[in-house]
Amino acid sequence: MTQNLDMAAKDDVLLFALEWREAGKQVALATVIQTWGSAPRPIGSQLAIDADGNMVGSVSGGCVEGAVIQEALSLMTTGDHKILEFGVSDDDAWEVGLACGGKIRIYVEALN
Amino acid sequence: MNFDHLKELQQARLSKRQVVLATNLINGSNQILYPFENKEETFLNSEAKIALNTDKAREIETEDGPVFLNIFNPPLRLFIIGAVHIAQKLAPMAAAAAYDVTVIDPRRSFGSEFRFPEVTLDGRWPDEALETLEPDRRTAIVTLTHDAKLDDPALKSALKSDVFYIGALGSKRTKAKRHDRLIEAGFTGDEISRIHGPIGLDIGAQSPAEIAISIMAELTATLRRKQ
Repeated sequence: MTQNLDMAAKDDVLLFALEWREAGKQVALATVIQTWGSAPRPIGSQLAIDADGNMVGSVSGGCVEGAVIQEALSLMTTGDHKILEFGVSDDDAWEVGLACGGKIRIYVEALN
Repeated sequence: MNFDHLKELQQARLSKRQVVLATNLINGSNQILYPFENKEETFLNSEAKIALNTDKAREIETEDGPVFLNIFNPPLRLFIIGAVHIAQKLAPMAAAAAYDVTVIDPRRSFGSEFRFPEVTLDGRWPDEALETLEPDRRTAIVTLTHDAKLDDPALKSALKSDVFYIGALGSKRTKAKRHDRLIEAGFTGDEISRIHGPIGLDIGAQSPAEIAISIMAELTATLRRKQ
């Protein structure tokens, strides 16, 4: 049983978020709330980010995480929340590159 | 989300409760819902139930604006009957796919920690073990022993439960004989047809690891396509 918990813990975004918070770090959570087309991660997928830029989990196949982290770090300072949208039709997409051709909406919030 | 909500959510998940986090996307407020425990038939509760039942998070429109329902279903479980060579390959693959795996085999020389380091082993007789493990809708049961003495009691328990997948190793000939025994035991043809056998997707698998892949593929297809 111990081993199974360990296995789960490897991907356990909320567990890491909680541990970081308990260690006194600023933490933000990003959640995929909508997808169109061939999005890499299903709705509900989460990414936790701490103030040092450490991350656990994923909201895409690595395409937009960089941009999400930037937003997350600035939300941590304000304690706010925000909805981000990424897709190929976006000009932004050329920068952050959703190569799969899908579109996603991501809700990012600071943990207060 | 605030710290207390996060703590409650994590606690609920550890106690394997079916829990939903409702987040108002406009004002950022959160609510934690236990729709199957709270009998109140509110709009949020019934939408949360749908999300848990389909295993899909979703956004809904409410009077207070758009609300995102993120779901946290208890982990998938896989009970493998038979601590055989295929089980040695299947257990870690299933664990990587986030299943809680238990290998059940009363034969000590098979179900040893030496053969299964880091895997939960249960040395009880399969029907006895399954009775206390309480397989549910998020559980799959696979029999791999080739031995009717061990496989049959497990299959009988499995057929009486609402597990999402039952698979039994064995050729078409073994399958026909098993079918006869289960009919004799009082199961109907319809019930017996829940058992996937020969087990696994037909990918020409030969080695134990390849057979484990074909089993994982069939399990995944059954879990995801039913939605």
